[in-house]
Formats: sequence, C-alpha cells, structure tokens
Amino acid sequence: MTIDKQSKQGGAPPIVFRLDAASGVPTYLQLVQQVEQALRLGYLSQGDQLPTVKDVVAALAINPNTVLKAYRELEHRGLAVGRPGQGTFIEGTLRHVGIAEQNSLRKALVAWLQSADSAGLDEDGIVAIFHSALRDFREHRVTGRPAGRNRGAETGTGQVA
Amino acid sequence: MLEACNLGRRYRRTWALRECSLTVPAGHVVALVGPNGAGKTTLLHLAVGLTAATKGTIRVLDGLQPGCADALAGIGFVAQDAPLYRHLSVTDTLHLARNLNRSWDAQAATSRIASLGLPPGKKVGALSGGQQAQLALTIALAKRPQLLILDEPLARLDPLARHEFMSLLMAAVAEDGLSVIFSSHVVAELERVADYLVVLNGGRLQVAGEVDDLLAGHRVLTGPADLATAAKAQLNPVRTSVAGAQAHLLCRTSGPGDPVPLDFIAQPVSLEELVLAYLRDPSVAALPGPEMAVPA
Repeated sequence: MTIDKQSKQGGAPPIVFRLDAASGVPTYLQLVQQVEQALRLGYLSQGDQLPTVKDVVAALAINPNTVLKAYRELEHRGLAVGRPGQGTFIEGTLRHVGIAEQNSLRKALVAWLQSADSAGLDEDGIVAIFHSALRDFREHRVTGRPAGRNRGAETGTGQVA
Repeated sequence: MLEACNLGRRYRRTWALRECSLTVPAGHVVALVGPNGAGKTTLLHLAVGLTAATKGTIRVLDGLQPGCADALAGIGFVAQDAPLYRHLSVTDTLHLARNLNRSWDAQAATSRIASLGLPPGKKVGALSGGQQAQLALTIALAKRPQLLILDEPLARLDPLARHEFMSLLMAAVAEDGLSVIFSSHVVAELERVADYLVVLNGGRLQVAGEVDDLLAGHRVLTGPADLATAAKAQLNPVRTSVAGAQAHLLCRTSGPGDPVPLDFIAQPVSLEELVLAYLRDPSVAALPGPEMAVPA
C-alpha cells in the first residue's frame, strides 16, 4: 500500500469528509461526491491538497484502501492528481452546465413527469424509479460497462403492475 | 498471510472447527464473523499458536508454523477483552512489554500513548474499557508486527470508544501497511473497515472473499410471489423470503450484465444483509473454488 507522506505545509486541510451510513452509497463514492460538491461550491480549487489518506482514515475510522480508491476515482475523473511522496491535489474543475442547457434538460424532465403522472404513478413511485435508474446509471458509469438493458424502465412496469 | 488446509480442532468430542481450507492474501483487513461458538476464537488461537490443530495444517506469514519464534515476532495478538495487568501503571505496562518482545518501537508507543491522552502514571485497572483496549492495541502495534490478530476487539466498547479504537487501528494500517484479522459479531460496522470477509458458522467455513467481490457477486431480486418458485429453481438463491404477493431472492450474480427475470427488479445487497442471509442458512456457502485452495 503506498501512502502519501503527511502534509508538512501546515494549516488545516481545505475540506473534511463525513459519512452517511444510511445512504446506501458506497463509502468511496461518498468521498468522491463530497469532493465534487466542494468543487461546485467553491470550497476547493485548483492546486488545493486533499486530506492525506492517514488523516481521512483516522478521522472516519475507515479502511485506507477505501480512501485510495476514492482518490483514484477522482484522478480517473480528471479532478485530482496524485504526486508521489506529496499527496493528492485538485487538478481541473467541474464542467459547469449552462443555464440554457439546464432549462432544456428541465423541460425534458417535466415532459417525462407528465407521462409518469398519466401512467398513474404517484410522487413516491416517481422518486423510486428515479433513484433506481440513477443508481443503475451511476454503477454503469463507475464500472465503465455499457448500460445494456434499461432496467429503470423494467422497474416501472414491475411497480405499476 | 494465513493459509489453512483441511484444518480442524476438536475439544473432547466436539469439533470447534472442522474442514477449514482458507487462503487470506497479505495486505487486507479481514473481518472474521460468526455467531457465538462458531469457532472464531479457535481459528485465531490456532493462527497465533495458542492451541494446536487436531487435523490439517495452518501456516502464517510466509509459510511459518504458528508459535515458532519468527511467527511470534511477526504477529501481534490481542486476546478477547484485552487482558492487561490491572495493578501495573501505563508506563510499567509498556516497560514490561518492551522486555517481553524481540522488536519494540518505544518512540511510537510513547507518542501514541501521549496522543491518546492516556495518563502514564495511572494504574491500568483504573482506566476505562476503551482506554484499556487502546493500550492493548498500542502494545501490539509497538512490536511492529506484519500481522495483527484481534479477538473481539469491539465487544465491550461503547460507540465512541469503538470509533476511536478503529481510527487508531486504521491509521496504523495506513502508516505501516500491516495486515489485520479481527473477529466480531457486530456485523453492521464491518463494511467501513474490512476489505476481506470470512464467515464461520457452527465450526465450518461458510464465506471467504474480498468484500467488493462478494458485494458485486450478489444481488437481491424482488418480484411477484407467484413467479418466485420458477425463479428459485432457475437461480438457486442463497436465501428466499416470500410473502403473500412479493418475494425477495438473494442470488449470486456474475455482474451488472446478468439478465433479470421478467417482472423482477435487481438491487444491490449490503454486507450486513449478505452476512445475515448466509448465517441463517448454514448449508449454503460462498467460497473460492478448489483451484484456489492451498495444496497440503
């Protein structure tokens, strides 16, 4: 296991991780999402050093491999870069989605919601389908496998029937 | 790191552990799980050399016989309830441990004691349960073992002490890259710390494998109860729970591309759900194939 050396530059790390055991999201993915969220909200910017593996492990009492996996995933997504012997640093920014693009996505979603409503789904049913589809989507994106069959759609027929 | 081949241990007429063949590679944090009387402590004692095998063989580290001098030096062991001399002070306990071990990192031990805030002059018996566990772990770590074996380290600790104990342990794993085997019957907290799972049930090995592989290799299929029987015959699930209208089948899977039966939905399984499903049915097992087992 290669572990980065303790940060000698002093000062507190820019962000602190937390875990939600009940979320059902894998631990490493929670760390990835929190870095992304911190980037979106401006807590992290280019060149910032992420907490060392040892610091994260000591704070959250989790397996070091989980943190390494999260940092590798951030590197894979082009958001961070590991410098041997120094640590992991923020590199790159999250692509901002333009207002116009967001509006058109929103319109498409509203149209979908209308068809779900006319099919007889209530709000909880819609949320359940959305979460299940999102989870499938996320899994396929993480593992890099093609989406294949659309299981979200099957979920819908199964639940309505 | 740990290799057992057809390992068995009998106490009088009772087999505490039988037909246990297992290979655990180095660099893992291994959780050893099972109900009381499953044989967890027996397996750990066999690995440490506190008891001898009735049948089969067990090797630790790089093929060493448990209990030999090199194995003793390379393995740190904390027994159940972290036994310490109650009337010795913290400093005297460290002094004793220093003289009882071949290798000893005095600086690491004292700095850990200081950062944990353990009062050096205080009698061990006057420390809280959590502090005693931390002291025992500090001693085990100070001998710089390649493998650390902990028997029920969390059993008597309150939630905060558990978290602090695991923080200390995981930080040591990150720093020194040591391997850990710990037994526990607290299933819910394992997912964060363990990356390798071994389940014992009734003296037999039931599950062994990397946590990620086990989770990726199982899924829950939920669908109408009237289709459950057909699906059951087709999929041979680990565990089936059927209500009037709905059925849940915990099945093995080869991956996300595995087809889902019509009218069923597939969901990922949590480690706790997986462990409980296996423990409820001792007849099913999830073990690596025979080609992965160690030759005698």
